[in-house]
Amino acid sequence: MRIDTPNTLETIRTRLKKLDAGVKRRVLVCSGPGCAASGGFKVHEALVKEMRDKGLEAEVELAPCLERKDPLLVAITGCQGLCQSGPLVHILPDDILYTGVKPAHAADIVEKTLKGGEVIEKLLVKDPKSGERGKGRADIPFYKGQKYIALEGCGRILAESLDAYLAVGGFSALAEALTRTPDAVITEVEKSGLRGRGGGGYGTGRKWRSCVKAPGDERFVICNGDEGDPGAFMDCCIMEGDPYRVLEGMIICAHAVGARQGYIYVRNEYPRAVKRLTLAIEACRAAGLLGERILGSGLTFDIRISRGGGAFVCGESTALMRSIEGNVGEPRAKYIHSVERGLYNKPTVLNNVETFACVPSIITRGAAWFTGIGTPKSPGTKAFCLVGKIRNTGLIEVPMGTPLREVIFGIGGGMLDDRPFKAVQTGGPSGGCLPDSQLDLPVDFDALTRAGSMMGSGGMIIMDDRTCMVDVARYFLAFLLEESCGKCVPCREGLRQLHAMIENICQGKGKAGDLERIERLARNIKVGSLCGLGKSAPNPVLSTIKNFREEYEAHIRDKRCPAGVCRAITTFRIDAEACTGCMLCVKACPPGAVTGERKQPHVIDEAICTRCGACRMVCKYDAVKTV
Amino acid sequence: MSEVKGGIERVLSRLPKGDASVLVHAMQDVQTEFNYLPADAVKAVAEHLGVPFSKAYAVATFYKAFSLTPRGKTILKCCTGTTCHIRGSSVVIEDLRKGLGVGPGETTPDMAYTVEAVNCVGACALAPVVIAGDRYMANLKPGEVMKRLKEG
Repeated sequence: MRIDTPNTLETIRTRLKKLDAGVKRRVLVCSGPGCAASGGFKVHEALVKEMRDKGLEAEVELAPCLERKDPLLVAITGCQGLCQSGPLVHILPDDILYTGVKPAHAADIVEKTLKGGEVIEKLLVKDPKSGERGKGRADIPFYKGQKYIALEGCGRILAESLDAYLAVGGFSALAEALTRTPDAVITEVEKSGLRGRGGGGYGTGRKWRSCVKAPGDERFVICNGDEGDPGAFMDCCIMEGDPYRVLEGMIICAHAVGARQGYIYVRNEYPRAVKRLTLAIEACRAAGLLGERILGSGLTFDIRISRGGGAFVCGESTALMRSIEGNVGEPRAKYIHSVERGLYNKPTVLNNVETFACVPSIITRGAAWFTGIGTPKSPGTKAFCLVGKIRNTGLIEVPMGTPLREVIFGIGGGMLDDRPFKAVQTGGPSGGCLPDSQLDLPVDFDALTRAGSMMGSGGMIIMDDRTCMVDVARYFLAFLLEESCGKCVPCREGLRQLHAMIENICQGKGKAGDLERIERLARNIKVGSLCGLGKSAPNPVLSTIKNFREEYEAHIRDKRCPAGVCRAITTFRIDAEACTGCMLCVKACPPGAVTGERKQPHVIDEAICTRCGACRMVCKYDAVKTV
Repeated sequence: MSEVKGGIERVLSRLPKGDASVLVHAMQDVQTEFNYLPADAVKAVAEHLGVPFSKAYAVATFYKAFSLTPRGKTILKCCTGTTCHIRGSSVVIEDLRKGLGVGPGETTPDMAYTVEAVNCVGACALAPVVIAGDRYMANLKPGEVMKRLKEG
């Protein structure tokens, strides 16, 4: 049915809301990146089959629920957050969160919970600290202290359904925005203080305003979904879990800046995001929410999807635009602003997925509501991916200004295997590593930048004492070296040299004065590079030297890697007292360097050992030590 | 050869003639069709879209997703994102090298597997992870990957 006026929209919404309210119970099955990989779709299939076999009125879409007396909705949703414990199944209104669900559990869930109203204890998540099991989101520490704006619908509603989005108030922000002038919409966004969630933190309203002021009669809106930072998958989750919210944000932007064509640039590695966005765009076109005279207004706007080709540099705005045009994704100098001359040299607004996802709520609830959350200079919330050596790996959203300690030890549940905290890495390859002395830092754009890291897109990688900071610096340099487009010399050749110097240190060939030379070269790369990739590339090196200098010195002076990662200067030894002779390391050793009898202490043959650390990874008794 | 020809025709029939902006898209279609970019297909696409062959070649070699050489039946994507790295992806790659005799960027002589080291796939909760075709092998312990691969 076409939604061609605000009145039709409200009529349809009223009907859908009633329909939605009539759903007796909903079984939300997570299909986020983690849960999908561990079998979420199979769980969904098994649940639907089991329910129908047992005579329950199970539906997988909203519309057919109308014909049912006691409908149950078995919904595929986007990421529900607690990726560590997937596949997740959330049952409402009971608020029961089942974790680690296998298709084989379907019979029990249907019989005991859905028919018998009983909670299956063994499927509840166990709190790693207290050992207690939490029944639902309300009792699980991971979900406390979070606040959802960009992730409001993700994990809660049917991921592919326009009906579901409309039922929770979708496109009311667009209807509202269309009653206002473009200027008033921009003013609202300016007042909200919304800053670009892709990492730069540039004022969104300000960007829109500059675009409007730029001369030209054709304008473009681009959504940057080329989320390339390793350890970050927030945008993927938003595009997969709540695609209509992103589209609504873009359409509002199109009204504000006067664009007729929009693009979403999606990373090559996210096929499900492409699929769901394609479905969402088609549904919006069919409903008249994209196309000519949207909701009966003068706005004509359409969106196309552009798939990336697996190049990290294409996350850079000017490179991304070149890529959409069908070219090699090389950035250009920024003295020509892309808001003035961007895609096809026309004024262009480019915002990140999460930024667009924040826009609808700002319009419906107002700028004052948004500035009431977060810190004065970084209002609102930020989505993060909490990953690494942490108990609760997952997708979270917290108010800006939340201290790192609360994020890591509260929501994150603390360190994996209780190992000591060493560093948290934010900002991806452009960011830095912060030590425990910075744990009370409030997370916002400016605090992180002052501390020598940056917000970045939102990956938060937690590291323990078995992570070598020199190796981390080498890792990011190797990544950037590979991804540098090669257009400018400081980035192309400077990173190669920087990487060689760090590699030398990892090999135990570092010399006194190396760190000073590295710092000097790093500064030159920062100043001399053309685009953001090169300008920020030395950050992982500089921040680790600043915060973990003694670890670099141990490599250079003592030829020793304290974390036991750098192979050339690491020797493993099995502590005969601690070893129980369990044979785990004997089985795990790739080259077969560990030998020993059951219940006898094992021994590593240094001549065969490749220092890969596999033995230490599998040892449950901490018996593998570095010499 | 005729197989390649037929494939090229299928791809070209879906592409607007003379529209240079769909070049990257077109290459993706070619890669989906053949699992790599045959030189003849790149030439045909360039001609069809009206771009110089040199530009098509530049695009084909710039983006990581494209391969100019045939790849194995199953692609083993070894995630080397930061989380996988600190949780031991290098050991997994070593295990594969030992088991298959090939490393990242290489294909087994029988064309069964191509090993690729890829950037973060967003499955950090399952690190270290290898995607075999569309099957995720998660939380790989040292020495485990070959066994899991054979389980199918």
